[in-house]
Amino acid sequence: MGNLIQQTVNALTIGSIYALIALGYTMVYGVLRMINFAHGEMFMLGAYVAFLILSMLVGDVGMAGAIALTVAFVVAVFLVGFIGVGIERVAYKPLRNSTRLAPMLSSLGVSLSLVTGMQILAGPQPVAFPSFFPVVRYEVLGGTITSMQIGILVAAFVLMFGLHFLVNRSRIGIIVRAVSESRPTAQLLGINVNGAISMVFFVGPLLGAAGGILYASYYGIMSPTMGAVIGLKAFTAAILGGIGSIPGAMLGAFILAFVEVGGTALLPVITHGVLGTEYRDVLTFAILILVLLVRPAGILGEAVSEESIVYKREF
Amino acid sequence: MSVAESLTAARPRSSRAVAFLVFAIAIALIAATPFLPNYYIRVIDSLLIYILLGIGLNIVIGYTGLLDLGFVAFYAVGAYSYALLASPQLDLHLPFLLILVVAACLGAITGILLGIPVLRLRGDYLAIVTLGFGEIVRIIINNVDWLTGGPKGIARLDKASILGIQIARPVDFFWLLLVVVLLAGLLARRLERSILGKAWAAIREDQDAARGIGINTTNAKLAAFATSATIGSIAGAIFGASQRFVSPESFTLQESVLIVLMIVVGGIGNILGIVAGAAILILLPEVLREFAEWRILFLGLLMIFLIIVRPAGIVPRSFGPDKLIRRLFGK
Repeated sequence: MGNLIQQTVNALTIGSIYALIALGYTMVYGVLRMINFAHGEMFMLGAYVAFLILSMLVGDVGMAGAIALTVAFVVAVFLVGFIGVGIERVAYKPLRNSTRLAPMLSSLGVSLSLVTGMQILAGPQPVAFPSFFPVVRYEVLGGTITSMQIGILVAAFVLMFGLHFLVNRSRIGIIVRAVSESRPTAQLLGINVNGAISMVFFVGPLLGAAGGILYASYYGIMSPTMGAVIGLKAFTAAILGGIGSIPGAMLGAFILAFVEVGGTALLPVITHGVLGTEYRDVLTFAILILVLLVRPAGILGEAVSEESIVYKREF
Repeated sequence: MSVAESLTAARPRSSRAVAFLVFAIAIALIAATPFLPNYYIRVIDSLLIYILLGIGLNIVIGYTGLLDLGFVAFYAVGAYSYALLASPQLDLHLPFLLILVVAACLGAITGILLGIPVLRLRGDYLAIVTLGFGEIVRIIINNVDWLTGGPKGIARLDKASILGIQIARPVDFFWLLLVVVLLAGLLARRLERSILGKAWAAIREDQDAARGIGINTTNAKLAAFATSATIGSIAGAIFGASQRFVSPESFTLQESVLIVLMIVVGGIGNILGIVAGAAILILLPEVLREFAEWRILFLGLLMIFLIIVRPAGIVPRSFGPDKLIRRLFGK
């Protein structure tokens, strides 16, 4: 029982981090119908930028750990948000009217540049992300939950509710949703399409960066290549839930996290040790492929026929 | 002579001169290669392997219009075929040519295995599933230690030989690869112009219309995946034989991406474009080797730049090898 609670807490923590990243994929896809392969790098950038600010605040200014972490978190996510907008201007905007392949490949170029850029700046080896305040453990029904996990859950849920409010209740949200419905129509109605796209490329990387900071502080480590695998997982989560759907991305992320945590625990038991925990990532991709084959629209995605997908594609 | 023909024929002689120059430079480069120091020959060998990979992947991406991001899996199948069948690992020491045939068959089978589940998918979804497939193959290779040696890979592969002639020096591989690349290029060109190639083109342009006029899109797509995988797998086997060591590190997602970019940057659907793309993406990092990791950053930025300024590639389709040959021989 205690173990079950423990695994549930772990899965919730990981799931909320996946969810933050998955939201970026799904928003960009919803508005631009583009897979942003550089999104995983926003996750990585978030961790590194926050680390830089943190070490300045704690080292030079001498700020207390928890406050410094909060300040660094806020500054870093906004910074990465602006970086995201800049990247869109330079690498994707010129390609808006070309084939659908072009921006995708351009994003691969951005991803490669960011990873190697960070390798040059910070070195290719993983760096420890120190915890800046003592971690307290609480006993809950036989399992333990750390103050770190509580912090991650709170931060993730605040951000997700913030996004929900932004998309569904605010004026900006209406504009973004209109553009995602139909870009030409939105343009005809006098909606600022460029503004909406910039907004998406601000919020998406912001959430991704938040995920990166939480991830790095949870595991205590970060590396320039950390965005690749986690990015793929978050992407799987977005597909699983139905790409383009915001609640779908969150649902997909939590399902994926539970399958992963459960699978890691159960795989060696079921297969009598033939398949060990190292097959966790195979599990993720197997889920991805299965979902795409059985229900390409995902769990909460609109069930569109093949023909209407092509129609929507605006070649 | 129709109006259209007279218009194209009226192009000045200078274009024939350009074609001749390209041809002459190519011959001169090939003739000069064996006299270069080994290091340069090795670079050229790797360039040829990438051209071979490009020709293979281009059948799926360029001809059929299906974005495959897991191509490196077939490359891995070929390389591990050689590593397992010609090394102390399983203590089988089969001859090189036989392994090439086995690798080609295994490649075709894996190609069809990937092809069947993804038949219904297109565009982005296809890209993601193939990407996942490539990663699954890599992770499995990385973890089946008893067979593949896991992350350590397989070392001490046999020296390759064909009919008693040993193929071990870089220059031997240069000739072998040159022959294989020319054969693969010829095959790809013949296929493109065959009935099958026309079915591929129809699928690329409009799948529903293709199905409407009675093209069996299922078979045509499977044929594209199988052919492409076969070429990729042969490239892998030759790669294994030339390195005499294989490990999962050579078969990452980044490698798949590099080959896709090579095709797109060079000029999609066009063999001459693949050569140009390989020259830029494979040779340039080699030339810039002294700048270490800066070269990859530069490569990433160059990629973005090229996709923005030349979306059709450096050598667009309209300037394909056929046109070059036609200009050269004046037909």
